[in-house]
Amino acid sequence: MSALLIDAASWALLVLGSIFVLIGALGLVRMPDFYTRMHAAGITDTLGADLILLGLMVQAGFSLVTVKLVLIGAFLFFTSPTSTHAIANAAYTAGLRASPMDEEGDAPDEGGDSAGERP
Amino acid sequence: MIAGDFLGLFNYWIVIVLMMLGLYTVVSRGNLVKKIVGLNIFQTSVFLLYISMGKVTGGTAPILTGKPEVFSNPLPHVLILTAIVVGVATTALGLALVVRIKNAYGTIEEDEVQAADDEREFGNTAGTRDEAR
Amino acid sequence: MTIANVIDIALLVFLGLTAFAILKLRALFAVVMLSSVFSLVSACLLVHLDAVDVAFTEAAVGAGISTVLMLATLALTARREKASTRTQALPLIVVFLTGLALVYGTLDMPRFGDPAAPIHHHVAPKYIHDTETEIGIPNIVTAVLASYRGFDTLGEVTVIFTAGIGVLLLLGAFIREPDGLKIQTMHHHLVLRVVTKVLIGPILLFALYVQAHGDYGPGGGFQAGVIFAAAFIIYALVFGLENARLALPGHAVRVLVACGVLLYGGVGIVSILFGENYLNYSVLGSTPVHGQHWGILLVEFGVGLTVSAVMVSTFYAFAGQNPPISDEDW
Repeated sequence: MSALLIDAASWALLVLGSIFVLIGALGLVRMPDFYTRMHAAGITDTLGADLILLGLMVQAGFSLVTVKLVLIGAFLFFTSPTSTHAIANAAYTAGLRASPMDEEGDAPDEGGDSAGERP
Repeated sequence: MIAGDFLGLFNYWIVIVLMMLGLYTVVSRGNLVKKIVGLNIFQTSVFLLYISMGKVTGGTAPILTGKPEVFSNPLPHVLILTAIVVGVATTALGLALVVRIKNAYGTIEEDEVQAADDEREFGNTAGTRDEAR
Repeated sequence: MTIANVIDIALLVFLGLTAFAILKLRALFAVVMLSSVFSLVSACLLVHLDAVDVAFTEAAVGAGISTVLMLATLALTARREKASTRTQALPLIVVFLTGLALVYGTLDMPRFGDPAAPIHHHVAPKYIHDTETEIGIPNIVTAVLASYRGFDTLGEVTVIFTAGIGVLLLLGAFIREPDGLKIQTMHHHLVLRVVTKVLIGPILLFALYVQAHGDYGPGGGFQAGVIFAAAFIIYALVFGLENARLALPGHAVRVLVACGVLLYGGVGIVSILFGENYLNYSVLGSTPVHGQHWGILLVEFGVGLTVSAVMVSTFYAFAGQNPPISDEDW
């Protein structure tokens, strides 16, 4: 019974982590601006990876493998936000600024469904 | 028979496609850094080919655990480990050469380097021995 | 068509798309980043094919050191590739014919995963069977690498040593003191400085762990050497090359490059002095198995020493060049 519970929990965590990775990838493709894309990519690195690691930890139980997975999770927790910050900082230092929105609140590239409502 | 062949050999064929992509990058692109990247792609796909040959269906990584199991063949792993490190050594050397070429010629495009050499050797960029020029 | 086949084919298709993108893109920075992605995805595929040691090495070397060196080269050379003006028909035909010939060659090969393939019949079962009794370490790949095929590994360490010497010969004369590649010391990047300070200790510790645990799990000298070099490279990137040269001076690194090869070759000489063949580890300890343990430990340490020193000295050589473009034109 508990084996079934462990399997179900790790399945749920792994699937949830994969969904977040997919969401991050979708955001990376669909977002209009560099900074919004970094925002989306950050989801993949931190939440997606950590949920997948949690799923693996549940499957491994109380063993040395879990300790190693915890250490990997801690390392990712440190480095993924730092790398996102480094990329955004580099872009800002190079002069790239966030593109402004227009009055409707849509990003400048969007607004294709409302026919020709660009300023 | 063809269906069995297809599934059993599909891995190798995709790896061959990868190899040819790498080879095409080396041969057709003139930029020296791109050639080195293409060479890396070629090398990595050759490694994949060798490791695919060593895989045993239902096997596991060749680390003894005390339980009797089927292991994948460790010999290709050893050879490819050597090959990976040799590959990075040659990449480092190739990149150092690219840096020196840039210092000497001011460009890393192959045809511009060739034209500069022809200019120096024959006095014209066509590479022909023509004293009338 | 099992799940394993689907994973294989999916990863290989990813690799194919990445290789195609590398071919088509002209922005060299994107090309280098995609080649790092290529190495990482092929490391995933290698884990799936049960080659865990190889995957470890490919991830560390391909996605780590190779990318750093290529980026350093890009900073010293060009940003974009010139558009090709000549016709691509002849290379395409040649590559296509070569591919066809290779596919024809694979029709004879044993099917993927076949346990009865000839490759599994001669030396490999002997290695798998005898490792437990003759060498006594769990990781068969390390046993074969360091003991059964020790001569190959000696040659490989010498190749790395030669490449390091070659890079130093090519670039060493132009290393400028003290600035080098104008890597700003990032006084105003607080997050990077703090995180780097926190991480360098664990990275070095992890390198030592990988070095020592090569007998029991994936690991060994090569991976450990690369991870060890990565710690010094990140220190140089964030705190400046001159600080890194204070921590690990260039002349010390050059001595270490030679020490690793000397250690490896020296172990063989010690075996000869004890009356056995070159690189026969059985005489190094009280029992043959104990001697094997000692031999593998020393030999892997020599490998790790040379690999880390060569990677660090290569990075110093690349990062110490005079950049032709100033930071304002970047």
